[in-house]
Amino acid sequence: MFRNVAELVELAESQGKPISHVMIEAEMKVSQRTREEIMNQMYNNLDVMEKAVQRGLTEDIRSHSGLTGGDAKRLQTYMQEKPYLSGETLLNAVSMSTAVNEVNAAMGTIVATPTAGACGIVPGTLFAVSKKLNPTREEMVNFLFTAGAIGYCIANNAFISGAAGGCQAEVGSATAMAAAAIVEMAGGTPEQSAQAVAIALKNMLGLVCDPVAGLVEVPCVKRNAMGAAIATVAADMALAGIKSVIPTDEVILAMYRIGCTMPTALKETAQGGLAATQTGRQIEAKIFGVPLNQ
Amino acid sequence: MKYKSVFDIIGPVMVGPSSSHTAGAARIGRVARTVFGREPKRAVITFYGSFAKTYKGHGSDVATVAGILDFDTYDLRMKDSFEIAKERGIEVILRTSDEMTDHPNTSRIQLSDDQGSLEVAGVSIGGGKIEITEINGFPLKLSGNAHTLMVLHEDRYGMIAAVSNILTKYEINIGHMEVSRRDRGDEALMVIEVDSEVGEGAVEEIEQIPHIRGVSVLLPT
Repeated sequence: MFRNVAELVELAESQGKPISHVMIEAEMKVSQRTREEIMNQMYNNLDVMEKAVQRGLTEDIRSHSGLTGGDAKRLQTYMQEKPYLSGETLLNAVSMSTAVNEVNAAMGTIVATPTAGACGIVPGTLFAVSKKLNPTREEMVNFLFTAGAIGYCIANNAFISGAAGGCQAEVGSATAMAAAAIVEMAGGTPEQSAQAVAIALKNMLGLVCDPVAGLVEVPCVKRNAMGAAIATVAADMALAGIKSVIPTDEVILAMYRIGCTMPTALKETAQGGLAATQTGRQIEAKIFGVPLNQ
Repeated sequence: MKYKSVFDIIGPVMVGPSSSHTAGAARIGRVARTVFGREPKRAVITFYGSFAKTYKGHGSDVATVAGILDFDTYDLRMKDSFEIAKERGIEVILRTSDEMTDHPNTSRIQLSDDQGSLEVAGVSIGGGKIEITEINGFPLKLSGNAHTLMVLHEDRYGMIAAVSNILTKYEINIGHMEVSRRDRGDEALMVIEVDSEVGEGAVEEIEQIPHIRGVSVLLPT
């Protein structure tokens, strides 16, 4: 089994395989299960993700608190009615990632990727990029294995939860995972996937976890949206041959060290950042009757 | 390596909104239920750290009760778990504690009925993954990645050999094992992570070893 991104890329390139195949074979070894069993489990995850994207884009999603919902649809309507600026694939990625995270906030069914708070980015970019690249269902499942391989490296060398490392660990790792998977689906090399990870994660460093009223809604939904945008652009940059000056595993280590030195108030405790703004406190008081952390 | 499988990263399929606070909480509840081995009459749940501060918004209470009802992370009945527990005659008591714990997302679950009681402590480490840190006061490190056999027994010579002989007979390979006891000669616990499924036959044979008090099997999450 690979222990970091450098070993993963080395394995893929020495065997002439994409990252997804290295991950599938490693999983077969670790779990002692057949390729078919593993593929089927991931096909099931893909189905759940697809349903969440569809629900978020078509239904009137509203979270229990009333704080989030409806923005994914709003963006799709805008794209149909206005001469939008940023590009179709990018805005689809943003909209679809928002869709999944809105479903999550409304206590709908999702796949934690790598967590529930960041569950929009990987499926959102997957279905957006699929519109452009027309992959087979198997290639879509491979997208998830590549994303999973990167998440595996980040989780084992740093962290993937906001409570442990801030939002850089949560939305940041999902963004890096998606960037690598987009590169592979678009025909890039394992090394280019690794570069996309570094470029994406760098732009998430220092991101704090400051959920208003402690809920996975504000700012989580919009951070999923922008994570999808960063993942897509980082993939394009890597595919263009742009490289990160700091090697990927060192970026992951930097993320870990930043998270370790981050104060607890900024790690999902709802004691700092946006949660501690005047409006954040008012929302908290309204939802729970009394301010939680005062 | 804390995370062993790609499905620790892409997964679990779950009801939102938080993998740590909802799915992880449900899984800790379900482990407690599995080790208890039956539906309890009473459940006392204590939340620490971030669980204590944010459980309302994340439904960690609802999720933990769902786990105690043996529901999976994606079970849509999760949101109604308190009502379902009430219908089934389970008394649920919820507490929060300011006590410092090693991990911010910690919960402690006490299950009981006329036949006995059990106390399990667990932490939710992110992405829906959990670790069980204590059972009935025995500290342990249980990842939930492997088929796991838990054997409560009297602390006497030959107990470990007797259990492992049965595993040998069924060709079950031990990957990791922890033993702990309250005091010399007192109650002890063996936690054995194995590489393959532990069938009914093996469990029954282990239960029949003299001085064994209870056996339960946890499936990988």
